[in-house]
Order: sequence, then structure tokens, then C-alpha cells
Amino acid sequence: MSGILSLIIFLPLLGGLIILFIPKSADRVMKQIALVASIVSLLLSLVLAAQFSRGGGMQFEERYSWIPSIGVNYYLAVDGLSLPLIVLTAVLSVLSVIYSWRIDVRLKEYLFLFLLLETGMLGVFAALDFFLFYVFWEITLVPMYFLIGIWGGPRREYAAIKFFLFTLVGSLAMLLAILIMYFNAEPHTFSMLELIRQQPLADTPLLAALAFWGFFLSFAIKVPMWPFHTWLPDAHVEAPTAASVILAGVLLKMGTYGFLRISLPMLPETFKAYAFFIAVLALLGIVYGALVAMAQTDLKKLVAYSSVNHMGYVMLGTAAAAGAVGDPSKAAAAATALNGAVFEMIAHGVITGALFFVVGVIYDYRAHTRGVDEFGGLGAKLPVYTGITTIAMLASLGLPGLMGFVAEFLVFLGSFGVFPYLTAVAVTGVIFTAAMFLWTIQRIFLGAPNPRWATLPDMDAREKLTLVPLAVLMIVFGLFPKPLLDVINAAMTSLVTALR
Amino acid sequence: MNPADLWSIVPELWLTGLAIFLLLVDLFTARKTVVGVVAVIGLLLSIIPTGVLLGQDPRTILAGTYAVDGFAVFFKILTVIATALVTLAAMDWLPGRTQYEGEFYALLVFTAVALILMAASTDIILLALSVEFVSLTSYVLAGYLKGNVKSNEAGVKYFLFGATASAVMLFGFSILYGLTGTTNLYEIARRVSDAPLQALSLSVALMLTGFGFKISMVPFHQWTPDVYEGAPTPVAAYLSVASKAAGFAALVRLLMVVVDPRQLNWVPLLAILAAVSMTLGNLLALPQRNIKRMLAYSSISHAGFLLIGVVAFRGDFGTPGLLIYLLGYTFTQLGAFFVAALIGRQLGTDDIPDYAGLSRRAPVSALLMAVFMLSLTGLPPTSVFVGKFYVLAGAIDNGLLWLAIVGVVNSIISLYYYAGVIRAMYIMPAPSTVPLEEPAALQVALGIAGLGTLIIGLYPQPIIDLARSAVLLLRI
Repeated sequence: MSGILSLIIFLPLLGGLIILFIPKSADRVMKQIALVASIVSLLLSLVLAAQFSRGGGMQFEERYSWIPSIGVNYYLAVDGLSLPLIVLTAVLSVLSVIYSWRIDVRLKEYLFLFLLLETGMLGVFAALDFFLFYVFWEITLVPMYFLIGIWGGPRREYAAIKFFLFTLVGSLAMLLAILIMYFNAEPHTFSMLELIRQQPLADTPLLAALAFWGFFLSFAIKVPMWPFHTWLPDAHVEAPTAASVILAGVLLKMGTYGFLRISLPMLPETFKAYAFFIAVLALLGIVYGALVAMAQTDLKKLVAYSSVNHMGYVMLGTAAAAGAVGDPSKAAAAATALNGAVFEMIAHGVITGALFFVVGVIYDYRAHTRGVDEFGGLGAKLPVYTGITTIAMLASLGLPGLMGFVAEFLVFLGSFGVFPYLTAVAVTGVIFTAAMFLWTIQRIFLGAPNPRWATLPDMDAREKLTLVPLAVLMIVFGLFPKPLLDVINAAMTSLVTALR
Repeated sequence: MNPADLWSIVPELWLTGLAIFLLLVDLFTARKTVVGVVAVIGLLLSIIPTGVLLGQDPRTILAGTYAVDGFAVFFKILTVIATALVTLAAMDWLPGRTQYEGEFYALLVFTAVALILMAASTDIILLALSVEFVSLTSYVLAGYLKGNVKSNEAGVKYFLFGATASAVMLFGFSILYGLTGTTNLYEIARRVSDAPLQALSLSVALMLTGFGFKISMVPFHQWTPDVYEGAPTPVAAYLSVASKAAGFAALVRLLMVVVDPRQLNWVPLLAILAAVSMTLGNLLALPQRNIKRMLAYSSISHAGFLLIGVVAFRGDFGTPGLLIYLLGYTFTQLGAFFVAALIGRQLGTDDIPDYAGLSRRAPVSALLMAVFMLSLTGLPPTSVFVGKFYVLAGAIDNGLLWLAIVGVVNSIISLYYYAGVIRAMYIMPAPSTVPLEEPAALQVALGIAGLGTLIIGLYPQPIIDLARSAVLLLRI
């Protein structure tokens, strides 16, 4: 099965390139090509998942020399951390293409950029060579800039350039950190696995700290951690629905993925030294995100701030695992926290992806407003929409039986063993989140029906096609998280073992 | 003189012959495009004898005044590519603007010869002469549009600044001669270790002024925006890459061969100048509305980046990085100027806001321009990214982390104005949807520039090999 990873990654781009050569009038053909490319990529990623052997370490390796004079390889492989993220990316991409069926403005550019973005994201999660990783990482920036800038809301120009500048700050900081790693390794290498094995900066704390903060800046902006989150509400509110879904569902995970794939195994001692500080930042994100979300009257902004809150849980789990580095008695707690963090990444991708679709359904083609207070009583008018939204919101607030609960529970359980007081405070964030979503459900769906929306139609077939699979995933993995958790657990256990 | 030496300068002889031949062709044809086509064919043919030199042992010829080494060959290739591309672009830009179109191509080829001489000189007299040769033809080219006030201003300004800089540089050369009693660079290198440090410092500082002018390094950059704005757009493109590249070639050869940093440590001074050039060029580029002025200021900033490659001369990254950067930058910067030439030709404007809606009116050019802007910012997978990657790696390898950080911060600042062009083309609404005509020769030049930008970005290995062998062979 060698070459399957490359196929998964580059099929979308191939589709995008073909679309560039299709005449502008044939918009149906363009959409079909985009759909086929992303669906085939998804099917292949499911094949990958089916053939994946749990606990088998890095699999489906592909390694070719790319720039031999500086030791750059085209090196791809997946493990239990990257596999779920790749499948998540493929799923959300297909659903986004389906949702985007009604895009009619500059369709060709839209589809091309979307597919380019998919290739970049998939590449980030599969690359094990720093140079390749960096190239994919940067490739995701440009399409997102255009997607927000061209198809976005009224303040799209500001939001797009802000997103671009913030993330470029991060990625260039990462570039410097990568170079520091490279020049201190002997022999010089860009291979992530080799760098993890060598621990080149273990004896030079100052350089290690510099490299750590370089990576930190990059990943923390991407996550985004408080106080680097200010680009996120702007980008989300202005982005078109499908771009918001991808942004929240996948792009943010690139940051936490970086912490787990790079910062933690490559600079464990340094991460440990700053773990408490980072956990505090995560805690601030949790509480701040929930409180600010509660104050929003714009539904999309509300969901955006809830992302800050949820990504805080992921970072809390990660920081807790870092805090347990070198302490065998806390290894079990660390593994649990990491399992929770990765599960939360997937759960947040599914749930928040669904929530942004939900916002799009009401805003793009129906009410053209997102004011939470302007609705009321929609529950009676739009039963399917109400049902799915309620499931997604309950999943997001962490109701047992749904996907979000499993993730948050594991994060708290693991973190409590390392940072008990911080975790205790963080749990209060759940209360705010619950309050926020319940209040939102109440304002939109319950109460007296607002006569303004009397003629609003319920979800059509295409919208159901985008949202029902996500709702099903939330319930399935909420009730039966084992298959997914086993895959993650194998990778996280070996990570924790390596850190001891 | 050894007659065999002549075989080693076939490319130079060929190009000189070509330039003279072009003047003759111009006499006998009324269709000036013919002259341009002959120029392009002749330039491309010169690649053959240049390629023959590629594998040869490094040596000096013509009584030790002229280098035949990988370094010189690299700059021959770069200059020929740049000249051919600019000629192609000029064929669609010039008609109707000047009646002296044929001579223009001849002057371009003469300039190419001069630039090649400059990059290969190993004798300070020959170096001074070739610098003057470059200057003479460049002054004429910058002021080529006789009826145009701005072009005249560009010519005169370039002349006044250039003459002063050359004089100062010559003074530096004369001190060097006085200290060592010889004009040969390698001979100077052997004798200079006994020279008093103050005199040597003065000489280096004076020479740096001359080269600083050629490469638009702060504080000798003031001419750049005015000249680029006023000069015919293809000339501005040419000055910003070929002339800059030759300036770097001469600077590197002089510093590497003559001035041992253990004797006179020029690294801190040049590092600071690099940082200042990057930063000042960038900050001044931010408010520009005119695309040529913006590209001029950004070229000052890129000169700063290139200087990192000079400063980080230890190891495998800095100096090869400088060459890779120069070649990558050549394709990208030329491409950007060609789009500016196209818009200037079709819309009669150089203002960035007038690029609004270009993505609808000229989709291919707009896409390429977007690629060039992202390349100039330093995003992969493009040629300038590879260059920036290399010089930043060189800085870190040489323990100049602070300089790398300054470079990174400047890349971020530069995104703002490069993205401004993309924003105009793609996001701002089009005032009209009439498709723009995209002329053939300019399209070819643009296409090659775009391909060069992307291919070097995706598969840099051949260029890296070329640059590495060029640097290895530099010291003879």
C-alpha cells in the first residue's frame, strides 16, 4: 500500500488543477470534480484506517530524497495521533464541498482554493520531515486568506489580512526554531523522528528555550491560546461557512498537533519547565472563552469563542502531560490527559464543524441574521434543524453520551493527577459552557415564536447530508468511544513511555 | 597572452559580437521586433559556450585579470537569463514609446557583457572599468524615453549618484593599490596582511560605498525609487536584478578574496547594514501606491536579505544561499515587473489601486502576480522562499540568530504590502470587466518567470548544486 498517503494528500490538489482548466460556464462539472476528488481522498483515508495496526507506531511510510544536499526528504507516515486527524480532515472537506454546492460567486477559484487547502492540511498531519511539514503548513495559509478575503462577510479584508499576518508571525518563528534544531543535530537532519531520538538541545538549555518559544508562538497562535486568540473571532465571523468549518475543525488542530508531535517529544524538559505557565494560559482560555462566548449575541461569534474555550481543554491536557515528564508516578495520568486532549481535538472538529454548518444554514440561505436574540420559538417551525443543533450544542457543552463528554472527562481526569488546583478551577469552565449553550438553545428554539420567521423552511436534503453524518458521529463516539480511543491510546502511551 | 585564453571568453566575445550585429540589423530593417528576436536568439545561444565552461578547473586568464570559475559562470547564466527575459518584455513594451527601439536591445546586450565582466574581474583596474561600462549603458537606458520628464529625471539622478559612488569606489581601489603595489586581487590578498589596519578599513569603507550603490544598500539607496519609477519598466526590472546581482558578485569576490575577516572584521558592519537595509526598505515600501516604487523599496529590503548571505560566509549555507537567492529573486522580481509593464502598457497606470479586479480581466497575469508577491514574501514553495531559507539558515549557522530574527520580522512586515497587491487584484471590485489584452512576447517572459519561480521552489536541488560548485570554485 505504499503511495496511499501521497494519493490521499494530492488527489484534492489534482482535482483542483483539473478544475482550473474547465470552462467557467460548466459549474456543475467543476463541483462534481471537487466532490469526487475529496470523496476518493476520504475513501482512501478510510482504507488507511481499516488497515492501520494499533500500536504499530509509524505506518504507511513513504520516503524519497527531495533536496539531498541539505538532507530534506519527502517523508510521510501516520500513527495513532495523525490518523484520526487525517480522517477528520477528509470528512469535513467532503461535507464542506457538499455544503458549498450553492456557491455561485467565482466558483472555479473557490473550489481550487478549497482543494489546495485540503492538500495542505492533510500534508501537515502526514509529514515527518520538518521542511516538508513547513511547506504544507504554509500552503494552508494562502487559500484561507483568499477564502476569507473574497467570499467573506463585510469586514473580510481586515479579517483576512489579520489572519494571514498572525499566522505568518507564528510560522516564521517556527522556521527559526526548526533551523536551530537542524544545526544542533549531529548529523544535521530535518527528520522529526531522528530529532526526537537525538534530543539535540538537551544540553543547551538556552537554545532549547529559544526553540521551544519559537514553536510555542507558532502553535499557540494557531490553536489559538489566550492571549493570541484575537484573530480568531474576526476570521470566523467573516469567513464563509465552509471555511469556518475547516478553520475550526482542522486548522486549529494543526496547533495542538504541533504541540504533541513536536514540542512535547522534541523538547520535553523545556516543555516541563514551562508546563505550569502554559497550563495557566490554557485555563485562562477556558474561562475567558466561555465567559466571552456567553456575552455574545452573534451566534457565529459565540461558536468562535467556544472554540477558544474548547481548545483550552486540549492545551490543559497537553500541558499536564508535559508537567508529568520525568515523573514515572504520574505517567498514567499523563497518558490519560493526552488521550483526552487528542480525543477532544477530534470531538471539537466534529462538534464545532457541525455548529458552524448550523450557523450557516440559518444565516446563509434563510434568516440572513445571526443575532441570537432575534429568533425564538424556532423549535416548532424547524424540527430537524432544532434537533441537530441541540445535539451539537449538548455535545459541545459536554453532556454524557455525546462525544464532547468523553474528551473533557479524560482531560480533567488526567490533568487532575498533575495540576489538581488548576484542573479544579478549569472544571468550572464547564458550567459556563453549559450555561452559554443552554441559554442559546432557549433563546433560539424555545419561547414564543417570532412571527418574522413564520415562513422559514426546514433543512433541505443537501444540508441534512452535511449535518446528519456529524450528528451520528457525535452520538456513536459518545456512546462507544473505544475504537477511536484505542488508536489514540496506543500512540499516546508510547509517547509517554518515550518521555520517561 | 595565451591564445587558448580566447576559448575561455567565447561567451563574452559572442555577446559583444551580438550587440554590434544588433546595431547592424537595426540599420537594415524597419521592423524593430526583428532586432529583439535576434537578440533573444543570440542570448540563448551564448548559453552553449557558457555551459562548456561549467566543468572546467578554476583559473585566471589574460595575465591574471579575468576569472574562469564556477562563480563567474553562475553570473554569466544569471545575466543572460535576465537579459533575454527583459528583451522579450521590452518587445511588447517599447513600440510606440520610442523611435530608437533597435538600439535599446543592443544597449541591453552591451550591458549584459559589462555585467559579466564585472562578475569575473580579478583585477581592480578591470573591475573599475567594467563598473563604469555598466554605469554608462545603464544611465542611457534609464533615461531612454527622451520626451518623458520622469525618465529624464531617472537618467540624470542615476548618473549623478552613480558617478559619485564610482569616484568614491575608485578612491578606495587606489588606496588598496597604494597599500600593496599591485592591482591583481589574488596578489593583493597575499600582500595586504602587512597593511596598516586604518588604511585598509578606509579602503574597504570607500569600496563598500560604490558597491552599496549598485546593490541599493542603505544608506546608498536613495536613487532607487526615483530611478525605478522613471525608467522604462523593463529597464527598472533589469536594474533591480542583473545590476544588483553583478554588484553582489563583485562585492563577494572582493571581500572573500582580499579582506580576511581575521585581519579586518567586516562582519558586524555588514550585518548591521543588512538589518538596516531590510528594515528601512520595508518600512518605506509600506505606504507606496506606485507599484514600481513599491518594488524599488522592496528591492532595498531584499538587498538586506542578500547581505545576510554575504555576512554568513562560513559554512555551506550563506554564500550558496546568496547565489540561490539571487537567481530565485531574478525570476520573481522580473515577473513582478513584467506584470507591472503589462498593466502600464494596457491601462497606462502604475498605481496599485488600479490593479483592482485584475483577476477577472487578466486571470493568468493576476495569478502569476499573486505567485510573485507570495514568493517575494518568502512563502513556500517558491524560489525566494528557498533563498530566504538558505540565508536564514546561514545566519543561524554563523551564530547570527539576531540577524535571522530581524529577517523574519521583516518578512512579516513585507507581507502587508505584497498582500496589498493581491488584495487589489482579487478582492477589490473591478471598475470594468473588459478583458485585457495580454501580448505574446510579454506572456512568454511572464510564463518563464513564473515557471522559474515555482520550479526552483519545488525542486531546488540542481540550483543548489550549481551554487555550491560556484562558491567552492571562488577562492581558486
